[in-house]
Amino acid sequence: MIIAIPKESAPGEARVAATPESVRRLRDLGFSVVVEQGAGVAASFTDETYSEAGAEIRPSIAECLQDANLVLKVQAPTDAEIDLIPSGATLIAFLKPAQSEALLQKLAERNINALAVESIPRISRAQKMDALSSMANIAGYRAVIEAAHNFGRFFTGQITAAGKIPPAKVLVIGAGVAGLSAIGTAKSMGAVVRAFDTRAEVREQVESMGAEFLTVDIEEEGSGQGGYAKEMSKAFIDAEMALFREQAKEADIVITTALIPGKPAPKLWLADMVDSMADGSVVVDLAAENGGNCDYTVPHEKVVKSGVTIIGYTNLPSRAATQSSRLYSTNLAHLLSDLTPEKNGEIALNFDDEVIRGATVVKEGEITWPPPPPKVSAQPKPAPEKKAEPQVAEEKPAKKTSPFSILAFWLIAGGLLMWLGRAAPAEFVSHFTVFVLAIFVGWQVIWNVTHALHTPLMSVTNAISGIVIVGALLQVGSTGSGLVTLLAFVAVLVASINIFGGFFVTYRMLKMFRR
Amino acid sequence: MNGMISMAYLFSAVMFILSLGGLSSHETARRGNVYGMVGMAVAIIATIAGIVAGAYWMVAIAMAVGAVIGLSLAKRVAMAQMPQMVALLHSFVGLAAVLIGWSGYLDPRIALTGAEHIVHNTEIYVGIFIGAITLTGSIIAFGKLQGLISGKPLMLPARHWLNLAAILACVVLGALFIPADVSGGTVINLLVMTSIALLLGIHLIAAIGGADMPVVISMLNSYSGWAAAATGFMLSNDLLIVVGALVGSSGAILSYIMCKGMNRSFVSVILGGFGSDGGEVAEGEIEGEVVATSFDELAADLEAADSVIIVPGFGMAVAHAQQAVSDLTDKLRKMGKTVRFGIHPVAGRLPGHMNVLLAEANVPYDIVLEMEEINDDFPDTDLVLVIGANDTVNPDAVEKPGSPIAGMPVLEVWKAGKVVVLKRSMASGYAGVANPLFYKENARMLFGDAKDSLQSVIGKLNG
Repeated sequence: MIIAIPKESAPGEARVAATPESVRRLRDLGFSVVVEQGAGVAASFTDETYSEAGAEIRPSIAECLQDANLVLKVQAPTDAEIDLIPSGATLIAFLKPAQSEALLQKLAERNINALAVESIPRISRAQKMDALSSMANIAGYRAVIEAAHNFGRFFTGQITAAGKIPPAKVLVIGAGVAGLSAIGTAKSMGAVVRAFDTRAEVREQVESMGAEFLTVDIEEEGSGQGGYAKEMSKAFIDAEMALFREQAKEADIVITTALIPGKPAPKLWLADMVDSMADGSVVVDLAAENGGNCDYTVPHEKVVKSGVTIIGYTNLPSRAATQSSRLYSTNLAHLLSDLTPEKNGEIALNFDDEVIRGATVVKEGEITWPPPPPKVSAQPKPAPEKKAEPQVAEEKPAKKTSPFSILAFWLIAGGLLMWLGRAAPAEFVSHFTVFVLAIFVGWQVIWNVTHALHTPLMSVTNAISGIVIVGALLQVGSTGSGLVTLLAFVAVLVASINIFGGFFVTYRMLKMFRR
Repeated sequence: MNGMISMAYLFSAVMFILSLGGLSSHETARRGNVYGMVGMAVAIIATIAGIVAGAYWMVAIAMAVGAVIGLSLAKRVAMAQMPQMVALLHSFVGLAAVLIGWSGYLDPRIALTGAEHIVHNTEIYVGIFIGAITLTGSIIAFGKLQGLISGKPLMLPARHWLNLAAILACVVLGALFIPADVSGGTVINLLVMTSIALLLGIHLIAAIGGADMPVVISMLNSYSGWAAAATGFMLSNDLLIVVGALVGSSGAILSYIMCKGMNRSFVSVILGGFGSDGGEVAEGEIEGEVVATSFDELAADLEAADSVIIVPGFGMAVAHAQQAVSDLTDKLRKMGKTVRFGIHPVAGRLPGHMNVLLAEANVPYDIVLEMEEINDDFPDTDLVLVIGANDTVNPDAVEKPGSPIAGMPVLEVWKAGKVVVLKRSMASGYAGVANPLFYKENARMLFGDAKDSLQSVIGKLNG
């Protein structure tokens, strides 16, 4: 099969869907590769390097696409480009299937199969082809660079002969891939970084990047499907806004990355917050393409409102085209290697494969978007029709925590203890106290033992249970009865086997463990 | 004097708790063992010096003989035989508990009346009962692990009723025995109960298959603790009670962990009849075909891989392949590859058995990881070597809700780039379930003895 790599025609698009390195990978999979002249120039890949990697260079897009079986692009093709793609070929690009029904319709009419890279399900197996994450990573990095470029001060705090410089304060809203990348970049430049996200589970990730995690005092879990956040309640949003108003007075740089799938970007950084920011501050809105998180954002533009620079550039990855082309082309190469299991240069759109099914938006003239919901791989019993009933999920916790059964248990246990205390002699009661407390001590101590040491634990507890020797010692030879003495003698003997054998074998085992 | 002995006992009890606590990490484990030894020594010396009057020579002889036997056993045992060794040692505790119970009962010095008499007799009775079950149960477990008895579960007709009848009989005998004074009749009662408990121990463990032995052994470990605690009650000795409770809860926790590792309830394991030796393949067609690989091919795969995970199972212990595995690991690590081990909680026949075997072969413990630690890494791994593991890597547990092992947590090796399974034949594992892993597209089989195969592969590696 022939893979065609046309030059991106969208204005400002510097990326390319294949690099010389990925061309080599694709050829290893059995494909031949055709590259349009100058396709990689904007991303600093010359035609010569493509030729060296084994690609054929063709002077125009028409010639490039004329016999293609597979077209790799970054942006969705224009109508003119679609007409150049041969019928029956397969197209892989960022297609935004949710917003571009007309495009899918046209592709279906022309009988072009299409895979949208943003539809690749976000499961662990597909991480290697997750182009959205690779691009988000670059966008986050680039957002900080753009902010720094437009910010009139240092990021890092310094004390110089010319005076003390305070560190810049950066607030990142939305700690997805882009947000985390921005946090890391800003932190490494020396800024004081704070981050906010509605999903409590990202706190650790945020803190591991060195940022402070801001929270509101309302408990609400914001995790939605596929690693995105969901829309929050009114009360939560009010609290969130109050927090942001507070932060607006301090923050020098605000980077917003909040997106909810299938909805316009939530407005989080309102006009009055921008107004209360100090002059010279910068807001970078990574959600500009979906309407923006900031009231003042103008998509594709940089504007200055009440002394604050608001950056609404939409294609930040393209501003680091070499890097983003490298990552994107590697993602595509991984996708293609899953599409060509035989490595014979023939792709197969196998709909049993969850990843391929998810990515495919047009197949043989049919629009196949949206895909069926992703299944969770670790689910023990996939019973979809039952899952639909919410009661099923609710029943379990109720069973676990019924306060009545707990109360009943303790009442019965207490009653039994009372009865025992009344009936049994005082000495037994004191021994019983020791016994129960010792069980709890054992319970606490043993849980900490690592799995790797379970065998030594067992042999050492074994040796320790040889303590019954004490009982036998008390009996041996202290009575006149020959039978008792004999029994106790044997008991001392076998218990000694246990003690010596158990401790020694534990010693032998532990000696072997080395780092 | 009594006060001093009590303090000495308190000291040993603390030492034992520290000993178990010390085993929580590799760094402190050896110290923990030493604490245990110190505690034991203090307890024995205090008892002999403080309480035992005369008969020192008998004590000396008994302990010396016991020490010689114990040390020589411990010295000779191979690490692959640890499960048997532990089972055998459990039986000694059981035996000692039975003997002490009997001599406590026959001891003419003790003359109690009323409630104290009843409590004392109950303690004797319970101590002997648990001790006897531990004794024969451990011997059967030992036999199964050593291969002296078939690993197949013994399925007598109406076996649950037999167990129930045995327990009921013991309860009835106990009701007769406990209030009565020492006489010929009660001695017979106690004798009958002891024999019933011995038989019950045999029957209980015989009904449990080889695959469930890790649970059985930790359960017997727990029993031996409870037996010691019962002895402690009988002798009014707090040290025995404390130690018994520690060991008892330790064994119970280990059994619980094992059961969770197999996603089975404790009751279903104890009732037995699950794991059998090899045997028939369960129903259900598996699509795909088994592809065998060769030494050369595996060597080439290893050279091409950057990250390798080795998943050992009981088969590695059977083939004594741990040294070869260690050599392979060394070689691959020298070639600059990431090599790690994934250990399933119930791999082997004893909790933590694989870790001990690998440690014996000098594999560094920080590359030996637990299932939860490594399961997410399989998709990023180039090559997985499965050595003698079967049920613990069976995709059916995750993918097929109807399978007998459904829901059991397994090592998801099939998510790696390639899986090579070293195996003697296509026989199924202990659970008697076919393994679709072998039929997966990215799986290859290398038939033969694991040790020989690995040595051949090592010979073919360049680097």
